[in-house]
Amino acid sequence: MAEFTGNNLTCIRGERVVFAKLTFAIGEGEVLYLRGPNGSGKSTLLRLMAGLLRPVGGQILWNGESTLENAKTYRDLLHYIGHQDAIKTVLTVEENLTFWAEMSGVDPAKRSVGEALENFSLSHLASLPARFLSSGQRKRLNLARICASPAPLWLLDEPANSLDKASVGVLRSAITAHQEKGGLVAVATHEELSPESNVLNISEFTNNMKAPKENVA
Amino acid sequence: MNVFWKVFTSLIQREIRLAIRHGADSMMVVMFFVLVVVLFPLGVGPEPGILTRISAGVIWVAALLSAMLSMDRLFQTDFEDGSLDLLILTPQPLELLVLAKTIAHWLTTGLPLIIISPLLALLLNMETSGYGVLLAALALGTPTLSLIGTIGAALILGARRSGFLLSLLILPLFIPTLIFGVSAVDAALIDLPSKPQLLVLGGLLLASFALCPWASAAALRQAAE
Repeated sequence: MAEFTGNNLTCIRGERVVFAKLTFAIGEGEVLYLRGPNGSGKSTLLRLMAGLLRPVGGQILWNGESTLENAKTYRDLLHYIGHQDAIKTVLTVEENLTFWAEMSGVDPAKRSVGEALENFSLSHLASLPARFLSSGQRKRLNLARICASPAPLWLLDEPANSLDKASVGVLRSAITAHQEKGGLVAVATHEELSPESNVLNISEFTNNMKAPKENVA
Repeated sequence: MNVFWKVFTSLIQREIRLAIRHGADSMMVVMFFVLVVVLFPLGVGPEPGILTRISAGVIWVAALLSAMLSMDRLFQTDFEDGSLDLLILTPQPLELLVLAKTIAHWLTTGLPLIIISPLLALLLNMETSGYGVLLAALALGTPTLSLIGTIGAALILGARRSGFLLSLLILPLFIPTLIFGVSAVDAALIDLPSKPQLLVLGGLLLASFALCPWASAAALRQAAE
């Protein structure tokens, strides 16, 4: 039974409080949507969840254990999709994907690079250098990474940006399949990616301009 | 352990593949090395005696500058395209990945310098007795330069005018390598044993091998925040 929670998280960036006393919980097979206007801290929260940033206050727990103290085992469990697509333009599509699958350290038998390319309809581009990809294709290649090697927790930052309708559908079904396997997803997006959803509205935890609400104090 | 090794080699492979496909980068370092050395006879005059006297120093200083020239891209591209975030998030220790990148960097820039150096020694009229020691000293010294350089390359991420900053940060740290590298060759040229200097160079290599990946990894984590 996997559970991913954050307690009383406070994050300060450049002497500005991004959010304070933020609490979230994601259970097995659940998707958490992060909502909020631009600049409200969705990406920051995802980087915090991934362990790239450290919270000033509060902790992030995986099955009740601090992710910072068990960073090595925790990093085994997650896939992170950021704004940048981490694609080397001189490598081919397949080389890019295979490299990240190898870096995950997952047993080769459990990797599915070919299948991931197939799912995101990139198979016919497999041997093309990545510099010829359009921005939507680059995004798809980046997303294929999360399917190429298994990990229970997906942290997705605007995964549907610059995707066409068909690809959003592929992403949606990938998330559904992941949920069915008991996977956890935290996603910052403006698209509806799965029917039932838990929503975390970050602007409730930011105290710029608005008076703090009761649950924040 | 097996997983570590697999990840280690696949990162080295990727870096070498990138360097080959960006072939110009490695070539430029070698060309720069050659050009700097060729400038000296034009500047100090072509008397063979003077060139023989300064040959070891010129080759070492040129190697230092070329190593530095290639250094600022080491983590910069990964930082810009988001690969650095993902490298930090892999389950393997970042120190190990830094070491893999350093080895690949040395193979694609340090090694070509060593290979071309006898030719430059010939151009500078170096006595043949110095060639072997020059190669040995460069073989021990250039990996040290790559290792020390990673610290600078990691620290400058996100800075403006990073190339200049990098030289200010790491050139002073190259001084011990330069001193012992040159004096090893000079000793061989006057028929003195150069083993002590080579041993010191080996010591410097081992020390930076043990320390630099940790320092660079810490700087990289800082850069990703």
